[in-house]
Order: sequence, then C-alpha cells, then structure tokens
Amino acid sequence: MSEVRVEGLSKHYGAARALDDVTLTFPDGGFFGLLGPSGSGKTTLLRAIAGFVEPTAGGVFIGDRPVVDVPVEAREIGMVFQNYALFPNMSVADNVAFGLRVRGTARGEIDKRVGDALELVQLGPLGARRPHELSGGQRQRVAMARAIVTRPRVLLLDEPLSALDKALRVDMQIELKRIQREVGITTIFVTHDQEEALTLSDRIGILKGGRLIREGRPQEVYSDPGDVFTARFLGEANVIEGTGSGDWLDLPGARVARPEGATTIAVRPEHLSVTVDRPDGPNALQARLRQRIFAGAMGTCVLDWNGQMLKAVARHEEFSDLPESGPVWVSWAPRHARGLKAD
Amino acid sequence: MAGGIARTDRLRAIALLSPAYLWLTVAVFLPLSAMAFFSIITDVPFGDTEWHVTGENYTAFLESPTYARLLLKSVLLGVKVTALCVLIGFPCAWVLAKMIKGRAREALFLMVILPFWSNSLVRIFSWAIVLRGNGVLDKTLSAIWPWPVKLNLLFTESAIVIGLVHSYLPYVILTAYLALQAIDDSLIEAARSLGAKWWTILWRIVLPLSAPGLIAGAVLVFVPVVGSFMEPRILGGRLGTYYGTVIEDQFVAVFNWPLGAALSFILLAVVLAILALASPVLRKART
Repeated sequence: MSEVRVEGLSKHYGAARALDDVTLTFPDGGFFGLLGPSGSGKTTLLRAIAGFVEPTAGGVFIGDRPVVDVPVEAREIGMVFQNYALFPNMSVADNVAFGLRVRGTARGEIDKRVGDALELVQLGPLGARRPHELSGGQRQRVAMARAIVTRPRVLLLDEPLSALDKALRVDMQIELKRIQREVGITTIFVTHDQEEALTLSDRIGILKGGRLIREGRPQEVYSDPGDVFTARFLGEANVIEGTGSGDWLDLPGARVARPEGATTIAVRPEHLSVTVDRPDGPNALQARLRQRIFAGAMGTCVLDWNGQMLKAVARHEEFSDLPESGPVWVSWAPRHARGLKAD
Repeated sequence: MAGGIARTDRLRAIALLSPAYLWLTVAVFLPLSAMAFFSIITDVPFGDTEWHVTGENYTAFLESPTYARLLLKSVLLGVKVTALCVLIGFPCAWVLAKMIKGRAREALFLMVILPFWSNSLVRIFSWAIVLRGNGVLDKTLSAIWPWPVKLNLLFTESAIVIGLVHSYLPYVILTAYLALQAIDDSLIEAARSLGAKWWTILWRIVLPLSAPGLIAGAVLVFVPVVGSFMEPRILGGRLGTYYGTVIEDQFVAVFNWPLGAALSFILLAVVLAILALASPVLRKART
C-alpha cells in the first residue's frame, strides 16, 4: 500500500498532447476516480502509472520510489483491464495463481492465497472453471482477485465496469467498493461514467485535453465545480451568463444575485423551483414550461428561458400544481448559485 | 406447406453444395481411385498390354530394405525442414503480428508471399546458382570475409533443406500470424502487470494460445516435404535420392506406374500414422 504521485507528467504523440503537465497525488489507501470524456488523457495517465506508456516528461512515484525507468513487470502493480484480459487457456484458479507462480511463491502458500482471494470476491467454488464458462460479472471478480492476490502497492482499474449491463454495474460498484475497503489498497480507476465516479471515489480528478482541470472530494467538486466544463460534465447544470454590476448579475429582463465577481453562474437542476406565481425575492426568471417528465419518484421540468433550455428536478409531487405547459417563474436561493470561470 | 419448404431447402442445399462435391469428385476422388486401382495391377492398362490384379507392388516395398530406408530418410528430412520452418517462421510471425503496423506490415507480407508467385522450378535453380561452389554465396562471402573461404553447398543435404525451407516457410508464417493476431494484446499486458518476464509470457500464454495455428502450419509443411522430389533432385544431386524421387522415377523414368502408385499409398499411410500418433501430444499442447 503506498501513496502514488505523478509530477509534471506529459506524453506527446507528435504534436498531440495526450497528457500535458499533470501533477497529482493519489492518497494511500484511497479510491481515486479519473474522469473525463474520451481523448481526455485519463487512460494514458493510468497506463503511464502502470508503465505501458513511457512519459515524454515528468515523474511517476509509487511510495517514494521513482518508477519511470522501472519496467511494468517490476512495478508491483495490480491491473484490471476493460475486457478483463483473463487467460483463456487457464482455469480461474490458475489465472489467479499466475502472478504468484511468476514470483516463485511456495505451492502451499499459493493455494491458500488463491483460495482467500477467490473467497474475497465470492467465487470460492468456481476455481476449476474456464473463463469462457463465466458470466461478465464473474469474470470481473476473477480479474479483481488476480490483480490483488499478489498484494500490489497500487490497484489500477481501466473502465472496470463498462462491459457490464446497467443492473449488474450497480451491484459491482458496491462489490468493488467493499473489496477495496477490505484490502485497503490504493486504487486508481478510470471511467467516463460520472455517476460511477461519484459513487465509488473518495477523490476524483477531472481531465480535459490532457490537462487536469479539477481535483477534490466528489461532494466538493459537484457542489462547486469551478468552471463550465466541470459543471456540465459532472452532473447536470443550468449555466447562466450575464453582465455583472456590483452584487448583481444583469440578465435580459431580470437581475439576480451573483457570487463575487462572477459573470457566469451555475445552478443545479435540483435547486431550481418552478412556480406559477412570481415568488418573493430577486432570483426569479420568467420562463415557459415546455415539458414535464415523469420518471418514477423524481420529475423533471424542461423550461425555455429566452431561448435557452433550463432543467429543474424535484420529487414528482412538487410539480403537481403546474400546468402541462405555459408561462412559469423559475427561482433559486442565492446560496445555490455558483460562480464559474468561463471555458 | 412445411414439407414444401423443407423440400425447396433441400433442393437449394443440393444446388449450392454440388459444385463443391463435383470438385471433390473430379480433383480428389477420381485421381485417388485411379491410383488405388493402378497400385493393385501388374501393368498400366494402356493399348493392348496384358494385366491382372496383384499385391506384388505392395510386397515389393517389404522385399527390398531400400524403400524403407529412403522413407525414413524422407521423414527425417520432413522433421528437419518443419522444425526449421517453425523456428524461423514463428518469430517472423510475431514481428508481423505484434511489432509492426500499417504500410511496413503490408510490404513485409508481400515479401513473405512472394515465393508463392514465382515458379518453383525457377526458384530451385536460383538456389542452385547461389549455393554452388564459386557461386553467388561463395563469391559474396569471399569478398567480405577477411580469410579465404571455400563454400560449396550444392549437392549437399543442407542445400536441399535450404531450398525446402524457403519454399514452405510462408505456410508457417501465415498460419502462425493468424494465430498470434488473435491473441489480445491486453493478455500480454495483464501478464506483464502480474510480474511475468517475456519468456514466461511466451511459454505460458503465447505458445499455448497460438499452438493450433502453429500445428496447422507444421502439418502443411511436413506432409509435402516428406513426398518432395524436385528440391532433392536438383539441389541434392547424387545425394538427392529420397522416397519422393523414387516415386517420381516410377512414373516418369521407369514407367512402372503400379509400383509408383503403391509406394505413394504407403507414403500416405505412413504420414497419416505419424500425424495420428502425434495428435495426442499436439492436442495436449493446445489446452
């Protein structure tokens, strides 16, 4: 178990910068989610930590040991691949034992640790099966067991749940978190699914165009995204632009309270209220209700304000007084407005 | 109705399969039957020659130890050439499948397949020119080597092996390439992340997974090499008497087709027996 650090890490492919001067610390024993759209460099960063990508500049440290010149096989990592990469010519138990056999671990020790690892991922009785006889979720568990049985210093997960269907994915998220807690291993995982990142991670890092643009605890980053990209990428956000004067943001036909100095603000859909009558207080915009969407416990209102689409989300009953469509007022408490840096 | 559909289906199946069966009949079954027939008669029934059914052609093989000795010589040649083809072809296929991408791969592929496009007789004579004393190889080596060399490989077993390996190497490269291509790169990456060095990866992952392709390639080489006659004759000279050349002699020189046919069938039986004996070992390698 170790802290992992990257310092000024860059990877250039010709003129393209897959990674551009990324400095980041992955805390010891933490579950760190690397999040970003495709082409953001998150997978390159993970593969650079693993050693499959040789950085153009910068350093990678596992514990305090610089590993840029250490080949993959000597880095003491555990990795779970997107397609699991189980060896099809070996049984489940042999797959899990592979890393121990390579290290020349004694036979009795191997049997015990393989048994324990399969127990941990709840696949105890399936050791004799072949990978092709397993379901997607079971393969995922085997890949986890194989990656942690060697007691690596860091566990790297490359989109570990993307090959599973939605229902299984939620189960495996809980399972993954449980295993990680039990083993207590520093874990770095890559995903493009923001919900997954928010659910699993202790900390998240958001990458865009090879640069790290935000890092922090998921709640922190969600409630105060800081810039337009993060606000839109992590959850949904109503981004409103205006011109500032003093404490106010001037919008077409309205004036709303603004966080200090901001000309662009974000309000999460769950913080927007929709009413037929004009509410008290200053933060109110007159808009047209386009559509009410019923989705079980929650409802969504799609609104049109000066040609811009806004979204409001609340428990379904809260929208029950509203007409199907027509003029409404949209408002929010000033404390829920966050100032954003423009892109 | 259902019967009608089944009937049209069957008709369609027959119509679609008939070219294949026709081809098999004309190209495989008829010639083999003719050979089988020749192998049990005394003389070729052309013109007004007298002939009757006999087993003498087969007993001839047992009566003279020469045939068995030559057959063994040919089988050993087959083993040697197959082993060399695998030893050279597998690394070539690895480079093509895993280390080279894009245009360079296409160019290399062309070079691998090129021998297929040239006439085999021309190819063998070119080797004769290269390998003979005072030939291309001899002169080149003399020019770059500081000490005098005298290299005359022509009419040696090495010349035969070189010629055969050159002719059959593409089969191994192509089949091994397909097998290696099918191995997902992430398997190799996973093995490396678990701490495996390259030889462990080769032995435990790559070879087991590519074994079917490698075996298919080896069989494709072994079978024709055991029966080869052109390379031994041209590159082997006086040494070039093999089982294949004896069969050829029966057909083109001595005009003893019945004996040639019988020897061919014995060769076929021996090759099938070798492959059957080897199959448990080969099947084990596959799993």
